[in-house]
Amino acid sequence: MRYWNPLRALALLPCLLLSGCDWVVLHPFGAIAKQQGHLIVVSTILMLLIVIPVLAMTLSFAWRYRASNAKATYRPDWDHSTSLELLIWSAPLLIIIALGAITWISTHTLDPYRPLDALKAPVADKAACATPLVVEVVALDWKWLFIYPEQGIATVNELVAPVNVPIRFEITSSSVMNSFYIPALAGQIYAMPGMQTELNAVINHAGTYEGFSANYSGAGFSGMHFKFHALAQADFDAWVRQGHVGATSLSRAEYQHLARPSEREPVHRYAGVDSDLYAAILNQCTQTDAACGAMSR
Amino acid sequence: MRELLLGRLGWDAIPWHEPILLGTFIGVALGGVALLAVITYFKFWGPLWRDWITSIDHKKIGIMYVILGLVMLLRGFSDAVMMRAQQAMSFGDSAGFLPPHHYDQVFTAHGVIMIFFVAMPLVTGLMNFVVPLQIGARDVAFPFLNNFSFWMTASGAALVMMSLFVGEFARTGWLAYPPLSGIAFSPDVGVDYYIWSLQIAGVGTLLSGINLIVTIVKMRAPGMSLMKMPVFTWTALCTNVLIVAAFPVLTAVLALLSLDRYAGTNFFTNTLGGNAMMYVNLIWIWGHPEVYILILPAFGVFSEIVATFAGKRLFGYASMVYATVVITILSYLVWLHHFFTMGSGASVNSFFGITTMIISIPTGAKIFNWLFTMYHGRIRFELPMMWTIGFICTFTIGGMTGVLLAVPPADFVLHNSLFLVAHFHNVIIGGVVFGMFAGITYWFPKAFGFRLDPFWGKCTFWLWLVGFWIAFTPLYVLGLMGVTRRLSHFDDPSLQIWFQIAAFGAALIFLGISCFIVQIIVSIRRRAQLRDVTGDPWDGRTLEWSTSSPPPPYNFAFTPIVHDNDAWTDMKNNHYVRPAEGFIAIHMPKNTGAGFVIAMLSAACGFALIWHMWLPAAAAFAALLIAIIVHTFNYNRDYHVPAAEVLRVEHARTLSLSGHV
Repeated sequence: MRYWNPLRALALLPCLLLSGCDWVVLHPFGAIAKQQGHLIVVSTILMLLIVIPVLAMTLSFAWRYRASNAKATYRPDWDHSTSLELLIWSAPLLIIIALGAITWISTHTLDPYRPLDALKAPVADKAACATPLVVEVVALDWKWLFIYPEQGIATVNELVAPVNVPIRFEITSSSVMNSFYIPALAGQIYAMPGMQTELNAVINHAGTYEGFSANYSGAGFSGMHFKFHALAQADFDAWVRQGHVGATSLSRAEYQHLARPSEREPVHRYAGVDSDLYAAILNQCTQTDAACGAMSR
Repeated sequence: MRELLLGRLGWDAIPWHEPILLGTFIGVALGGVALLAVITYFKFWGPLWRDWITSIDHKKIGIMYVILGLVMLLRGFSDAVMMRAQQAMSFGDSAGFLPPHHYDQVFTAHGVIMIFFVAMPLVTGLMNFVVPLQIGARDVAFPFLNNFSFWMTASGAALVMMSLFVGEFARTGWLAYPPLSGIAFSPDVGVDYYIWSLQIAGVGTLLSGINLIVTIVKMRAPGMSLMKMPVFTWTALCTNVLIVAAFPVLTAVLALLSLDRYAGTNFFTNTLGGNAMMYVNLIWIWGHPEVYILILPAFGVFSEIVATFAGKRLFGYASMVYATVVITILSYLVWLHHFFTMGSGASVNSFFGITTMIISIPTGAKIFNWLFTMYHGRIRFELPMMWTIGFICTFTIGGMTGVLLAVPPADFVLHNSLFLVAHFHNVIIGGVVFGMFAGITYWFPKAFGFRLDPFWGKCTFWLWLVGFWIAFTPLYVLGLMGVTRRLSHFDDPSLQIWFQIAAFGAALIFLGISCFIVQIIVSIRRRAQLRDVTGDPWDGRTLEWSTSSPPPPYNFAFTPIVHDNDAWTDMKNNHYVRPAEGFIAIHMPKNTGAGFVIAMLSAACGFALIWHMWLPAAAAFAALLIAIIVHTFNYNRDYHVPAAEVLRVEHARTLSLSGHV
């Protein structure tokens, strides 16, 4: 479905009409978002098959059967036609059967929980699919915390990932509901307190993209965005090494400080992270020094 | 003691520091004083109390519902204008004119008011006015309950309005998802205003739902089997079934939220076993049927209008009825599509996506039915018909973007975006609002005996139609650019032009609403020219057009007997002759002020609870119980219109009809 070129060309058509086009939902830079954007185009075309005739019929019937047109047939008692009624129920039915099939398949293939390997997404090498980059995402009032458990670093309001490497986001929230969304990368998923959601995605072009919370979360919501930097693998490795240089480490005490509501928090990094911090956030027990009881992940 | 009496209410609850609110308050206060002065000067208090406030006549209650809806439309639209202005200004260094604290209340209030206090009263008002007339009944099944329902809805609206000047409204979005709406993150009175205004109005809505179901099931004229019922009555029946099944869920979920906020329970909190997802599920189990509660009566309105103005029987009546029933049932199987992005599995998401799409099949069938009603018709483009054509074109597009959002992977990139905002305004404005304007224009002459001025009506229609598309097409585009909703500030200056176009569209809609007000004023002034004495100005097809305009309090001197779907057309074709004698006394319900009193006490109780004024709350609640008990001892509830009076009224109509011919 991904390489169905004529439809992709059609998708570009409205865009060409507008100069300086940046319809990122239809022209994203990650394989998942690309397929999602593509699905919008396919579904729209499928539905236009019936919508355009309906609009044309509405206007033409309205014009042809205007009262002043004495030439038009007038049959005041004609109110039933079995064949026509079969047609008006079956035409939408057929479209929905087609769209339903597309929906079932695409919902499963593009399930955010589904690891990337089955997707034939362009990745650096097949082996990378087995070991995606893990990023733990925490929505705070009103900023984003990104923990890289394997690299042992953390950042605030800055997300960095290598291109063509599958990423697995594990997402939660410290207080209220937010939604983690980088339109260029993949569709959004909610960040909810006490719960974990997941998103598997890959970015295929180096660059800097917008990320933000898509779900209203209170006073500082409008400023709750961050930059997503997609780097070449070597650049990413360098960025990680650089991250280890700083002094501050994200301990529970430091997290308590960070979790206090603040707006438009500048980017900053932590050179180390408490290994059980994310689990403690997920289980809403960062305030106690004791272990969190039976923690779930 | 002060705490028990006044709770957390103090002088600081008045928003002195907000110039917009203070200005509005002064305006409202002056307007209110002027209104009261006019009523007093013209000695309207007596008639107002006797003929309107205490009236249990379904027609007057219907009219009051519509007036409430239109007044609240002005409030809800002011919120819309503020949002459009803020988003058009607030770029880069400019923070606009609304700080988040105020902006967040504005978008919450806009949603709550437009759904609960504009769309619902308009829909309920039309059903109230039209249904008994269409089925040949004298009133609804429970006339007192009807009056009480209206005043409960009005009390809810009054509480929302009060939040503008005393305290604040919720800053949570119109569905108040916890944990944000919980006491930990919203400790102020805003969410309490939200809860109590919806709870009080919800009682009214539920009771009016029960009332109309019983009316339709039990009080149809002889001969009117279910499959001979006018389509508007069918849609009203389905809508009220939805109301009765869905609103208790809203009541329950808000009760749980208030327990969390007042009693410290943990249904929806982050800790101690609370689960916010439960709230989200429950609120949408009410919320999705709610959108069909709004749209089904609009579908009914269009069905009546298309048949009338095409001068033709409705095409595929049975199809239309089954489509309505199918939509009613399916509306309960789709709620999860509002939160595909909250981590449900792929199979669950697919299921709810596909059930959602299936709804477009009966909806599509309806649109085709209207089209084939026009086909081989003789269409008169009066105002209601123009709204209908505008509706079909607009709603079809809105339906298409809705089905698109039902595809879960597409929803992942469009959820919470301005594309979504454009979609639901596309169906709610294009469907419900256009439907209500069509219905108001269509039945206005029935209610008041004169038509609405067509010139100003056409201005209203074109400004709304064009304004809608200019206001919301940019939002579709912005959604595809990945811009999401409820933002009060933007960094990217390239987006600003789209918001400015949208603001221009909102300005056109403003002119459209202004033209509507002008239309009403002009029509009242020109009522002599616009007068309709026939009672049947559009060559209507259903029973409401068989009686006079406005109808007498008893609606029909003799209960009509129905032989066909289009009962009135059938009567006209068979040269029906109005009976001129042989009238008998008519049994009618009597006015009562009990509904008004109980509803006002409910509002007082709600206000006291919002501000934690425990003593006044207890007093108001006790008074409320006493008022209810006292009312049950009121045995003076009915009277008979004497036969001589019926003869006088009917004779006067005979004279005016013959004078006209």
